[in-house]
Amino acid sequence: MPDYILLRHRQIPDLDRLEVYMQHGGFEAFKKAVTTMKPEEVVEEVFQSGLRGRGGAGFPTGLKWRFIDKNNTPRYVVANADESEPGTFKDREIMEGNPYQFFEGVMICAYAVGADTAYNYMRGEFWELAHVLDDKLAALEEAGLLGDDLFGTGFSLRIHNHLGAGAYICGEETALLESLEGKLGQPRLRPPFPPSFGLYGKPTIVNNVETLANVPPIIEKGWQWYKSIGTDRSPGPKVFSLSGNVEKPGNYELPLGSTFRELIFEHGGGIPGGKNIKGIMPAGASSAIIVADEEALDTPMDYESVQNVGSLLGSASIIVIDDSVSMDWLVKKTLHFFKHESCGKCTPCREGTYWMTHLIDRIEAGMAGPDQVDLLNTVAQNIEGKCLCALGEFAIQAVMTGIQRFPEDWAQPEPVAAD
Amino acid sequence: MTNTVTLTIDDLQVTVPAGTLVVDAAKRIGIDIPVFCYHPKMEPVGMCRMCLVEVGRPQIDRETRQPVLDEHGSPVVQFGGKLETGCTVQVSEGMVVRGVTEKVQAGRNEILEFILTSHPLDCPICDKGGECPLQNLTMAHGPGTSRFLYDDKIQLAKHVPLGELIYLDRERCIQCARCTRFQDEVVGDPVIGFFNRGRSLEIVTFSDPGFDSIWSGNTTDICTVGALTTADFRFGARPWELNAAASICNQCPVGCNLTFNTRREAVSGGNFVIKRAMPRQNEAVNEIWICDKGRFTSYHFSESEDRLTQPLVRVNGELVPAEWGEALDIAAEKLGAARGSLLALAGGRLSNEDLFNMKSLSDHLDGQAVLDTHVAGGELVAAYGLAPGSNLGDLGPGDAVLVIACDLEQEAPLWWLRVKQAAERGATVVVANPRLTKLDRSASHHISYTYGQEISALERLPEAFTKARDRVVFFGAEGLGLAGSARLAKALAELVSGFERTGMPNNGLVAVHPHPNDQGAWELGFRPAADLAAAFSAAGAAYLAGSDPLGDGLVSEADLDGLDCLVVQDLFLTETAARADVVLPAQAYVERDGSYTSGERRVQRFFSAVPEPAGTRPDFTITAQIAMRLDLELESRIAPRAFANLAAACPPYQGLTYVKLARVEEQFPIVGRGDMYYGGTTYENSQGLGVQLPLQEGVVNAWDAPAVQETVAGLSAVPITRLYDRGALASRSRTLAPRLDEVQVVLHPKDAAALDLSSGRKAAIHLNGGSGMEVEVALDPGIPQGYALVPRSMGVPVHRPVGASLRALEGELAA
Repeated sequence: MPDYILLRHRQIPDLDRLEVYMQHGGFEAFKKAVTTMKPEEVVEEVFQSGLRGRGGAGFPTGLKWRFIDKNNTPRYVVANADESEPGTFKDREIMEGNPYQFFEGVMICAYAVGADTAYNYMRGEFWELAHVLDDKLAALEEAGLLGDDLFGTGFSLRIHNHLGAGAYICGEETALLESLEGKLGQPRLRPPFPPSFGLYGKPTIVNNVETLANVPPIIEKGWQWYKSIGTDRSPGPKVFSLSGNVEKPGNYELPLGSTFRELIFEHGGGIPGGKNIKGIMPAGASSAIIVADEEALDTPMDYESVQNVGSLLGSASIIVIDDSVSMDWLVKKTLHFFKHESCGKCTPCREGTYWMTHLIDRIEAGMAGPDQVDLLNTVAQNIEGKCLCALGEFAIQAVMTGIQRFPEDWAQPEPVAAD
Repeated sequence: MTNTVTLTIDDLQVTVPAGTLVVDAAKRIGIDIPVFCYHPKMEPVGMCRMCLVEVGRPQIDRETRQPVLDEHGSPVVQFGGKLETGCTVQVSEGMVVRGVTEKVQAGRNEILEFILTSHPLDCPICDKGGECPLQNLTMAHGPGTSRFLYDDKIQLAKHVPLGELIYLDRERCIQCARCTRFQDEVVGDPVIGFFNRGRSLEIVTFSDPGFDSIWSGNTTDICTVGALTTADFRFGARPWELNAAASICNQCPVGCNLTFNTRREAVSGGNFVIKRAMPRQNEAVNEIWICDKGRFTSYHFSESEDRLTQPLVRVNGELVPAEWGEALDIAAEKLGAARGSLLALAGGRLSNEDLFNMKSLSDHLDGQAVLDTHVAGGELVAAYGLAPGSNLGDLGPGDAVLVIACDLEQEAPLWWLRVKQAAERGATVVVANPRLTKLDRSASHHISYTYGQEISALERLPEAFTKARDRVVFFGAEGLGLAGSARLAKALAELVSGFERTGMPNNGLVAVHPHPNDQGAWELGFRPAADLAAAFSAAGAAYLAGSDPLGDGLVSEADLDGLDCLVVQDLFLTETAARADVVLPAQAYVERDGSYTSGERRVQRFFSAVPEPAGTRPDFTITAQIAMRLDLELESRIAPRAFANLAAACPPYQGLTYVKLARVEEQFPIVGRGDMYYGGTTYENSQGLGVQLPLQEGVVNAWDAPAVQETVAGLSAVPITRLYDRGALASRSRTLAPRLDEVQVVLHPKDAAALDLSSGRKAAIHLNGGSGMEVEVALDPGIPQGYALVPRSMGVPVHRPVGASLRALEGELAA
């Protein structure tokens, strides 16, 4: 097995202790960046590496950093640790097992964009972890790695942990910023985007935890090394969160471009109980459900290839569905989740998710006619393309693909005449 | 550089300033793009998704950076796959917007179906029905039937008081956030907001008392459904039953344009009554807003049970009802007999026409025409005020506003709002006041001084003010009596006369008068009396209209004893009227035509909204009928003719007619037409924007207040002004009653501690060693020590700094 790049704590015991992390080259990349590189050189290195955002959108990280408004101060870096997508549990493992690599990424990013304050915005349920991370930050300040005039260069940086109040929408970067400002977590209108108008209206880089954890090795080993991993357009390692009907659920660090088959059957041990794989949700509850045929299983898990089978890689939270699962049940689960989490700001998402839960409840209970399945599909279509942020669009993925790609699961009894 | 953009909307070409939003550009050429959350006075948020349009942009060649042309030489326009929200997209050159395609119509239809799934569809019992954006847009764009099962609808509370003034119907709310954004963005009172999320999203209030904002009523105008209603109007009438009468608010010198809605009521014997006061658009005065005092007190008083409806004359020491002719005969005879020693005292709520007739009568009898006010300097404002063409909405970067001795938000709320907005556009705002007022939030400079030291404070004006381009100075009489106010006004007139751009629009002096037409009274020749009590003592007879000096504590009964005759015309039997020899019942301004001159010297008409109570007459008529008996011919019947006489006689009004005052021009945003969805239910102004008076050459008939000692030793009680006072009109508002301020005295905490007083404690205040009056103690560490701030019109008659002592009332801690 090749060495881990992100989940290094699986090979190095006690990596979450500062001295152990330092013994294994910790903060060398940060020191290298701050003492030997200009900020724009750091941005360029990350840009050349081809690193793409691991939060789900896959936006080129270096490009985002390039967009930072250099004419406005102060600037901020915000780590998006709101990991709320059902089926996603990678950032948590990174923060628990390898927290310093993540923080080192935050620190390099802050240097690259000229921020002297960074926030780590965690979902409210991470309160226990937040206490641990507070200690890690204290250790960093003690070690002189955070604070004023770092390495005598005049660069100063402080990081603060912040806990959300438990809303899925606060994983959306602008809702996250609203929440961080102490306001109701609702997404903002974009543009302007955070690199020009972010936290408190100031230039801000919002990056996912895993994205930031990729940064130190890029700075340490160079972009050419990084590009040698994964595929040309989706380079680097990725932590895949595998769950659902699979023998060995868990996080798996593999190069981008590994196939579904490799993850599910080689690493994940296949489907339990002798059942057959039926569908795959590659991006958690937000996924368009892939029909798990041979072609799909041989599809490389990178940002481009997953699109070719009618879905998105997203945050790579692979939920495996076997043939004991009926799609109407699965869709009901996702819809109730999205109805619960819709922030209510825009009409189609607020009203549409509510309406759809009523339809799916009756359908799943066998109390609706076939026209109600059509109506559910129509309501989903009416939401499509009209929402303020991506949540509404996510909410209909399972509905539409569940109905269209698995029609046999939606047979409804013919209406029975009342007595 | 022109900085304009030309685009095509539904095949019509329009050229608009760069940065304009697609919905606004469409509106300017009469194309309706439906909106709910968008409001032209607020930043776009793109929440409701109703304004969906197809947006195409010219394809640009990457290499040449020029538009790609098709075989006919026309630019190739690329349309995105998704519909876009017209309220969030800024126009760009060559843009093509389509709002009538099948795709767009389907999109809007679908959004409306979504909105209606959670809406109760209770239009038949909804106050908004008939002027409801949701209702109107559903008729225009919505589905005829819903596929949503009625039984799936959420049932929510329908009568949630957000405070005493505004009620929320949670079922009707469509979460457009106009109300919360208005409170936050426009007026800076973020006291309401969203709570929860998704379908559970609800409007809540964070303040105690609930919805504690003097602007709350405006949220009901811009509410896109019947979710927010006023305690004043809810369940009061259906909008289509209402007539509309243009008017002017009579609560402060701003002169906000109003519309009174009226209808016949069974409870009023089939007579027309006013059902509500609504803002009427005047972008140079109040834009589309009014404050709650204007909305809830501008007419209730006229319906008061205690209106006078019959003349009274004193017979054998008792006031007894009399016929009009008899009462007028007595008044004329007695006033005529006092030729040379007549005191004509007018209140600032009289119209220009009333004041002109009264001044004419006073002059005819060689009398003294006196204005009942506490702010001096109106004659200086006539010379150094705002020139025609002024609009506070034009102030911006490089301009400056000074507000001195005035709590602008409390004394003239709309001016506060307009100055706040000027600050947000980049104007410098300087506040000079001994204490911090709400305007300080918008100010870049605060000049602190001790009461009485106003003029020396002017030496500390910052460069940002002294070097500014356009400069406006507002002054009030906080902490001052008339003499102090006159001194301050004079110093400010000198300051303003030295402005480089003095005499040009948006430069000049504005007196924050206590009444709507004080400035008119000054223009027409009325002047205050430095010592009103002495003026009464010296007079042979007094003729009062709209003034209650006895009730206000300006004079004592003894001061009136020497009069041969006291004639009072008023709406109510005031304390002064009760002492009169002749009492003449006047009409309220909502019952007749007239005009006011605002503090910005804008002459504006108000129109008769409801019939007068039988037995009452307009003030100018009463005066003319007295004058007629004294061989002076004045216009007694027709307000426009009275105004014509005024215009002929008074230079600043020269050439003005009612017709000129009634002129209008196109204003933006467009409000109040069939398209309530856009600007709200604010009324369109089709009855007149008013005319600003030209500046007078030099000061005419300058008023030199005699030097009166206005400082005292020990604790000094000084007057301040509060919006929600307990004056004659506010105290007659049914709606505002629970919000009126307690009778308070504001002390510095150290002074209070020395007197063993604490916040909320009841105390007795003695003025100049007089008898004690009960007040509630409030503390403000921002005021200078040694002063007790006493709000005017609250029953404690402090008109100038006076010595005061306070003692705690035993065991009477406020609940």
